[in-house]
Amino acid sequence: MAALIQVDSLAKDYQMGSTLVQALRGVTLDIAAGEFVAVMGPSGSGKSTFMNLLGCLDQPSRGRYRLGEQEVSQLSSDELAHVRNRQIGFVFQHFNLLARTSALDNVALPLLYSQVPVTKRVARAKQRLAQVGLAERMDHHPAQLSGGQQQRVAIARALVCHPQLVLADEPTGALDSRTSIEIMALLQQLNREGITIVLVTHEHDIALFASRIISFRDGVVVEDKANTPNDAAAWLAKT
Amino acid sequence: MNLAATLRVALLALRINKMRSALTMLGIIIGVAAVIVMIAVGNGAQARVEEQIKSLGSNIIMVLSGSVTSGGARGGSGSQPTIYEEDAAAMMREIDDIQAAAPTLRASGQVIARNANWSTTFYGITPEYLEVREWPIVEGRSFETTEMNGSGKVVLIGQTVAENLFGAASPLDQVIRVRKVPLTVIGVLQRKGQSMSGQDQDDTLLMPINTARTRVIGVTQAKSHSVSSIMVKVKDGADMTQAEAHLKELLRQRHRVQPGQDDDFYVRNLSEILQAQEASSKVMALLLAAVASVSLLVGGIGIMNIMLVSVTERTREIGLRMAVGARGRDILTQFLVEAVTLSVIGGFIGIVLGVSTALLIAKLAGWPTALSVTAIILAAGFAAIIGIFFGYYPARKASRLLPIDALRYE
Repeated sequence: MAALIQVDSLAKDYQMGSTLVQALRGVTLDIAAGEFVAVMGPSGSGKSTFMNLLGCLDQPSRGRYRLGEQEVSQLSSDELAHVRNRQIGFVFQHFNLLARTSALDNVALPLLYSQVPVTKRVARAKQRLAQVGLAERMDHHPAQLSGGQQQRVAIARALVCHPQLVLADEPTGALDSRTSIEIMALLQQLNREGITIVLVTHEHDIALFASRIISFRDGVVVEDKANTPNDAAAWLAKT
Repeated sequence: MNLAATLRVALLALRINKMRSALTMLGIIIGVAAVIVMIAVGNGAQARVEEQIKSLGSNIIMVLSGSVTSGGARGGSGSQPTIYEEDAAAMMREIDDIQAAAPTLRASGQVIARNANWSTTFYGITPEYLEVREWPIVEGRSFETTEMNGSGKVVLIGQTVAENLFGAASPLDQVIRVRKVPLTVIGVLQRKGQSMSGQDQDDTLLMPINTARTRVIGVTQAKSHSVSSIMVKVKDGADMTQAEAHLKELLRQRHRVQPGQDDDFYVRNLSEILQAQEASSKVMALLLAAVASVSLLVGGIGIMNIMLVSVTERTREIGLRMAVGARGRDILTQFLVEAVTLSVIGGFIGIVLGVSTALLIAKLAGWPTALSVTAIILAAGFAAIIGIFFGYYPARKASRLLPIDALRYE
């Protein structure tokens, strides 16, 4: 399958006071369309930095990053915003939903920035909420939802612009184990529908739901192996 | 992101922080209301002065009898009549800049009509008087030439006199006895209101000067043609100071006042006094507006303060919006629209409050207030500009955040 992500000698330095921190020291790898990749590593290993670069939230100090047909390391900040809007969906550890805003409005948020007419926005947001099983809760505010439900809203938001790629940064980090597996089941289902997923986690059993596990240490990739994923839905059905 | 969507997001954000939004708006509300009220009060004061100028008649110079020195003793002003009806005629004849000169004889006393009586001031006048004072007759007619020349027993009355003697009934063709002389009312003068010294200008009675001299006041003054005062109207556009100088020169000549001797008459330029008053009330109006503008400015700074707090507090929200595709300029517009919405809503409430306060002041305190549409538009426009001006800095700060820094902000 064609490579969706091509990363070549990607590096990122941070200036922390007087010392230069090399968070990422040259990473070269490809991720094919339709893969489910888990990125692992201890804190400070560079996995989050790598994720932020993949998500166009940050710009690399050196190296190249190709997403689909586009060389994104050269884009302006407005063009990056466009890429984030159209091609990437984000799922965060702490959900990052807008407080005192309904689930529906939260899901529709990315559409605000993509010239979708108002009438279509609501329809698309509703459709996505239904997809994550929260059709009845679209008027609820985040505070009225459980952690798992909030993360589902966040996933619906990530999907609303039909991205090719979903980046999930510790999506289960704030959830209990059963809810975590429910979320993983949802991500696996999306992956089966053709969406490429890159997941950052430090929990080994969560990483085992992915089809490929990449391990980071000190800013470089130390291990990159295929994995036969556990089936989250099957596990849920069993217990 | 289109404007309607941005507006919706802004309104939502403002609604989420109701109390804070309300307090921020309060600054603008008070500022705008203060500007409107202050300008209304200032304009009101100015309008009152202008009205007084109008009621006096414009470009008026008053000539009064002066002091006469006889045998080294200087008499007080008006102790001896020194100006004459002929002086008035000479002024009109000899000085180009003078449009009309109206000699008047003034006296006061009890006037009686049927069973009502009233103490008032009455004037013997020439036809020029009504012209000089720009005083129309609202009911009846003016004097005819035969009545003027032949000491006709006719009289024009002011509104106050009409009310006190005749109440609601028409005073026309009624007889008023002035110092026992019966005079027929032929007309009623238009209401003029108070003079600038607080005198009721409508409490008056006008009769032909000959009637006053020979029939009503009589005796001493009948011999000479002396008068109490001459009201002079200078032509529009003519130089008042120059006209006054010519007038003095003419009178000194006619009265044979030697060089170095004091004038035997007084000249008072009333318009000038009023104009000075007008100028000072203008300054006051400006001052009030300036003070009010300061409060508007403070309101604007309040907006900036709150928007800065809001940007800091909502950094993560900004990061999230950027992560899902908001460009810098989307964030800029959002915060700018929030600031402008605050100031425009505040401005609108301020206008309502300002207008009603101005009306209330007029009603309760009895101050004249003149609401000015310009001031209202100005205050509202200023409020919007303040929103943009003071909202821009925080908005730009928000728009320049890096998505990753904003997302990670604690």
